[in-house]
Amino acid sequence: MIDITNLHKRFGPLHVLKGINLTVDKGEVLSVIGSSGSGKSTLLYCINGLESIQDGSIRVDDTEVHHPKTDLNRLRQKLGMVFQQWNSFPHLTALENVALAPRIVKGQSKSEASERASEQLNHVGLGDKLDSYPHALSGGQQQRLAIARALAMEPSLMLFDEATSALDPELVGEVLDTMRMLAREGMTMICVTHEMGFARDVSDRVAYFHQGIMEEIGPPEQLFNTPQSEHTRAFLSKVR
Amino acid sequence: MDYNFHWQPVIGRLPDLLLASLDTLQVAALSIVLGIVIGLLLAILRMNARGRWTPLQWFAVAWIEIARNTPVLFQLFFFGFGLGAWGWHLSPFMIVLAGLSFNCAGYLAENFRGGFQSIPDTQYRAARSVGMSAGQTYYHIIIPQVLRKVWHPLTNQIVWAVLMSSLGMLVGYQELTGSAQYFASRTYRIFEYFAVVALIYYALVKLILMASRMLGWRLFRSEGGV
Repeated sequence: MIDITNLHKRFGPLHVLKGINLTVDKGEVLSVIGSSGSGKSTLLYCINGLESIQDGSIRVDDTEVHHPKTDLNRLRQKLGMVFQQWNSFPHLTALENVALAPRIVKGQSKSEASERASEQLNHVGLGDKLDSYPHALSGGQQQRLAIARALAMEPSLMLFDEATSALDPELVGEVLDTMRMLAREGMTMICVTHEMGFARDVSDRVAYFHQGIMEEIGPPEQLFNTPQSEHTRAFLSKVR
Repeated sequence: MDYNFHWQPVIGRLPDLLLASLDTLQVAALSIVLGIVIGLLLAILRMNARGRWTPLQWFAVAWIEIARNTPVLFQLFFFGFGLGAWGWHLSPFMIVLAGLSFNCAGYLAENFRGGFQSIPDTQYRAARSVGMSAGQTYYHIIIPQVLRKVWHPLTNQIVWAVLMSSLGMLVGYQELTGSAQYFASRTYRIFEYFAVVALIYYALVKLILMASRMLGWRLFRSEGGV
């Protein structure tokens, strides 16, 4: 369902992704690990077209993301994204945060959008916060709000960009639990993460990125227990 | 101090003064509306410079610099007497309107620019990532937040426009101050006239501040009003 071939991304002279080849199947959960600056987050931005690419191709369900004729606004409805900074819209209530895009992008009626939004918020455990504004929510709650907002567009794939990195340690758990729940429900997910426990327990495969190259990819037991690449071994010894 | 106050002539002219204050409000309101529209355009032009300077960007920067760094009176005189040198003769009303709009646009452009730059990029990305177009993102996400940021400076500018319109007197526009000057010169009750006019200005400004606070309360409930 996602097919990436020979992807190159440069920021000026900086070569951030150096020929990535990767396929993610429907229902698969892929975790992407690696140190800062290895290109993991950039990969996600390239997948939903928030960043341009310099070479190669990314196909989502047979749509070429970076083809000039691709309607990115339409494509992005299929690709939910959750950011490191939670990015809730501060001037809207939780319910409005979630209901806005279905209403103005998908053309749902106000009542339909609100009803579905409250279902999504219930789903992520924010059923009692519908009318709260983001400033009254904790970081973990705001991040779950961001997940509900992405889910409301009924995406077929969710991209998580270090969704827990900016959270206080005691709030990480509730967000990871929500992500686990999505994985159990069969959502296709690509999770850039520093949570090795999550990567090990939840993912079908784990990819290790090092300086713009995908060094290694495989089932979590293989990657964590018997890493093939020297860089992977070095990285894992540091984070464990 | 053997000055005898005579309020009677002023009281008799109160209806005329109140009518003249409508002229004050009218020219101030129109210049604020023009100032907002032009200021927004100038801010967008200036923000889009990004190292590549086109004549349009120079135009925006020159406008902003002149409006903010020269006396308002000079700006009015330019539209009044400066343009006359090229054979352009504006009516007193048009001189005040042009001068104040020019000035407001310059100040508001910088307020708007600051407002836009205070909204993190990530808000834009988040909105685009759920499929909103650039236009929808600005309309539903960016502009409402910018409005919140510029609300106080904008209110300030409205007050400023009302007070600055009194300079209209010097280019022959009969607004509140101009009228007061006219009546005072015929009765010699100068102090009495200007004391009353000062009170009228004070009341106008208080009304504007109250309206701004009430509207702000409705618009920005999310943050407990302003």
